[in-house]
Amino acid sequence: MTEIAGRVSEIERIFRAEYGRAVAVLTRHFGDLDVAEEAVQDAFVTAVRRWPELGIPPSPAGWIITTARNRAIDRLRRESARPSLEAAASGPDETSAAEWEDDMLRLIFTCCHPALAPAARVALTLRLLGGLSTGEIARAFLVPEATMAQRISRAKGKIRDAGIPYRVPRDADLPARLSGVLAVLYLIFNEGYAASAGDTLTRPDLTAEAIRLARTLVALMPDEPEARGLLALMLLIEARRPARTDAAGDLVLLADQDCGRWNGPLIDEGRTLLRACLRRNRPGPYQIQAAINAVHADASATNGTDWPQILLLYDQLAALTPTPVVALHRAVALAEVEGPAAALEIVDGLPGLDGYHVRDVVRADLLRRLGRAGEAAAAYEEAADQAGNEAERRFLRGRANALRPPGPGS
Amino acid sequence: MRQYLLSVYQPDGDPPPPEILDPIMAELGKLNEEMRAAGAWVFACGLHPASTATVLRDQVMTDGPFTEGKEHLGGFTVINAPDLDAALDWGRRMSAILRPPLSIEVRPVV
Repeated sequence: MTEIAGRVSEIERIFRAEYGRAVAVLTRHFGDLDVAEEAVQDAFVTAVRRWPELGIPPSPAGWIITTARNRAIDRLRRESARPSLEAAASGPDETSAAEWEDDMLRLIFTCCHPALAPAARVALTLRLLGGLSTGEIARAFLVPEATMAQRISRAKGKIRDAGIPYRVPRDADLPARLSGVLAVLYLIFNEGYAASAGDTLTRPDLTAEAIRLARTLVALMPDEPEARGLLALMLLIEARRPARTDAAGDLVLLADQDCGRWNGPLIDEGRTLLRACLRRNRPGPYQIQAAINAVHADASATNGTDWPQILLLYDQLAALTPTPVVALHRAVALAEVEGPAAALEIVDGLPGLDGYHVRDVVRADLLRRLGRAGEAAAAYEEAADQAGNEAERRFLRGRANALRPPGPGS
Repeated sequence: MRQYLLSVYQPDGDPPPPEILDPIMAELGKLNEEMRAAGAWVFACGLHPASTATVLRDQVMTDGPFTEGKEHLGGFTVINAPDLDAALDWGRRMSAILRPPLSIEVRPVV
């Protein structure tokens, strides 16, 4: 690679790493997300033109922020239709790196404000903090680009016109608001981990982006064990991704996975993070889920999974978040400890899970283990009809067919 | 300072009996006083039932409310608030008094 080509790819890396921070700082200066985004994009265009020849400045983020700020002021002077914005930007720029960090947090909490629809929170977070283009976000969620563009501009319009504040919530609101932010990051991760639509099982670009954003949040809020717990959870799950599909792109169940293909360094990092947050003794749903995944990661060919430990952790999780989905996952652990009959009784008693295909997958597996092949096949079929992605549908139909006795026509 | 419209949506039909309604109205009165003391209160009122409404469109007059359905605007409050979070705080207080099926819609004034 030539020196100039190397610098261009370095600029791309800097763009992904610094875009959100630059937009956050500019939003504080100008009080307007669109002005901030345009200015930061202008600054990166300038960087792409100048840096390959001149070299990358010692503080790329500082260069981008200063350039963007000057660009925005120039632009507003030319338009001069927004004197209030210019006035807001006319003070001296004495912001420090510490203040930039606060700006990032402000932007995170604004993007994840509960007055915005969940899909809008996800889109804004990927756009403003992740620096993904509207087209990239639209492709990731399999919606037309025009739909995604409208979703983002409507959300920005609501932030502006309804007066959604640009600030870190006060202490009294922080726990609820932080858990809203974590939920958005986990939603992005989950969409990448088990695509709700499309041909492939996973979308590694989304899981990588969710992990990057979670790392940023942990750096910004080092005293929040749940943020760290969420990052640990993502890393431990992500570590198993290489083993989750086979060469043909088909789903491989956890019990059948080759743990030699798990990503050891990610597991180690997840475990270390988890230990650090558990020491604070402020358990929460993400820390417990991370702990469950750490127990799974401990299992190997010679050393089976410690299901009683997992069941214990699910008991804790169910006490914190008593939802039917948690009860369903707890039942999976219970089946390993007490047998499939006890688990099936619980699963069949859970309300509000109709249309949730994971419930049918769990039922099908329990029925199969109880020797009720016909019912199991029907449950697998039902799950396949509701599964979002093609890889999972193929897997479930295969399971259903394997349970059916060879008919007269086959 | 911005202004927000807090609208109360409620099911059509008779209001609850006095033994239920009176304490609710007393609580609402207290909240209004608190809004006044905080400088947030601009205007508040309750409305007669939607069946008393008249709609005008293109010089044509029709009896009844504009929107169909079984729930209608039952009253509203206009407040001053620095931002949406502050407006939602007042809305939450109101919603704690005017419990489901009543809903509070918070909407910014231009």
